[in-house]
Amino acid sequence: MMRLLAMRELRSLFSMPSTWFVVALLQFILAWFFLALLEAFLGVQPQLAQLANPPGVTVTVAVPLFNTAALLLMMLTPMFTMRLIAEERRNQTLALLLSAPLAGWQIVLGKFFGLLAFLALLTCGVPLMLYTLASGTALDHGLLFANTVGLLLLTASYIALGLYVSALTAQPAIAAIGALAALAGLWLADIAATAADSPWHAISPLHHFQSFNTGLLDSGDAAFFVLFSAAFLLLAVRRLHNNCIYG
Amino acid sequence: MSDTAPDITLSARNLTRRFGSRQVIHGISLELRRGEVLGLLGHNGAGKSTTLQMLTGCLLPDAGAIDICGIDLLRRPAAAKARIGYLPEIPPLYRELNVDDYLLFAARLRGMAPAAAAAALAQARQRCGLETVGKKTIGTLSKGYQQRIGIAQAIIHQPDVIVLDEPTVGLDPAQIREIRTLIRELGDAHSVILSTHLLGEVESMCDRVEIMREGRLIYGDTIAALANHGGEAGKLEDNYIRITESCA
Repeated sequence: MMRLLAMRELRSLFSMPSTWFVVALLQFILAWFFLALLEAFLGVQPQLAQLANPPGVTVTVAVPLFNTAALLLMMLTPMFTMRLIAEERRNQTLALLLSAPLAGWQIVLGKFFGLLAFLALLTCGVPLMLYTLASGTALDHGLLFANTVGLLLLTASYIALGLYVSALTAQPAIAAIGALAALAGLWLADIAATAADSPWHAISPLHHFQSFNTGLLDSGDAAFFVLFSAAFLLLAVRRLHNNCIYG
Repeated sequence: MSDTAPDITLSARNLTRRFGSRQVIHGISLELRRGEVLGLLGHNGAGKSTTLQMLTGCLLPDAGAIDICGIDLLRRPAAAKARIGYLPEIPPLYRELNVDDYLLFAARLRGMAPAAAAAALAQARQRCGLETVGKKTIGTLSKGYQQRIGIAQAIIHQPDVIVLDEPTVGLDPAQIREIRTLIRELGDAHSVILSTHLLGEVESMCDRVEIMREGRLIYGDTIAALANHGGEAGKLEDNYIRITESCA
């Protein structure tokens, strides 16, 4: 059932012209950043070569590119999560799901994995672009792997939060603004907190992405993403159940 | 699933429902038998849609019990909901999908295997007169076709109980006649409960009628009995008004 709902989400996303526009725009921006970073690397490469232990192309190009992708996803994900439940409620199609032999968690997870698959497809261009460099130079596969895993976990946490906000309202626009405000708020609170042990760092998904961004597969950060996503998915399931209680 | 199911397909007992401080449903009990079309009649705001939402599991009652073919809807919702087909007042259509994809999705959602869903699709399309629009996008179709698609999604999995909330609202006279004929046919093989505030609809489609007023069932009997209510054979409309006014 979850797979069925996930496939429907995917089909629905790909049937909308706006999706293709966003896909094209994101690829263009990421490609632009990639080429700009690569050009900058080629410009400083002679100086880097004189260092004893110079940073490679993966550190110079991939790390900032993944960081940029993480920031873009923070702004982009609410545009997709806004539809998930708010639009079902607005279009009165939620009755189809609620009257079907489905549990609330199946509805929520189906939508979650459908969008996660879509955004994974959307962002797979980042590692693919970087792997085009493999024909001319040696890449740090470990760093690329850590960043790819981190970006996937970060995306999952964004979707979970956006899905919960979408479950709170019948207006997709409000769901998008709410999710964007929450994600941007967490990010701004993180960068505004100067103390190293500030609790704002602990609750910011982007802060936990930094260890992956530097090539470190930190189980603590991975656990944060899993718990963050699970908490908001559970809240979304609860909100969906409340729909049957409060109408 | 119809062969092994009991004779009473839907049984609701003492349903109550409150929205905030306002009690909108007061201890409703009703039963639906196999092969029966039951009309839930009442003015706007009488509580018909709320009752149907509770009968389909979309809304939880504050108190009471609902059995679908002997399965407790509140304790075993998945098993009970698999035996229900529901058309809400506004058909729950994904306008960006084409008709076939949508109906296949609806069939799979109710737990049908892919092969069985494909066979059920052909039957549902034929019963609802959708053969020519299978590949068309739902959003481009007329209101009448959208209503038929709504009915098709409710019957595609051959449910024991079909719940239709104002199935002919917004349709033109020709479409209303077609939908009424279809519902009458559905009543032969399934149990149908439909809500309406149109007496003509009840007269042409239903075997039995339950009249609601302000969240209460105030009358329940056959159409013939309603026509002869109080020993006065007359227009259904007159008797309906007499019943609702006597309970005011």
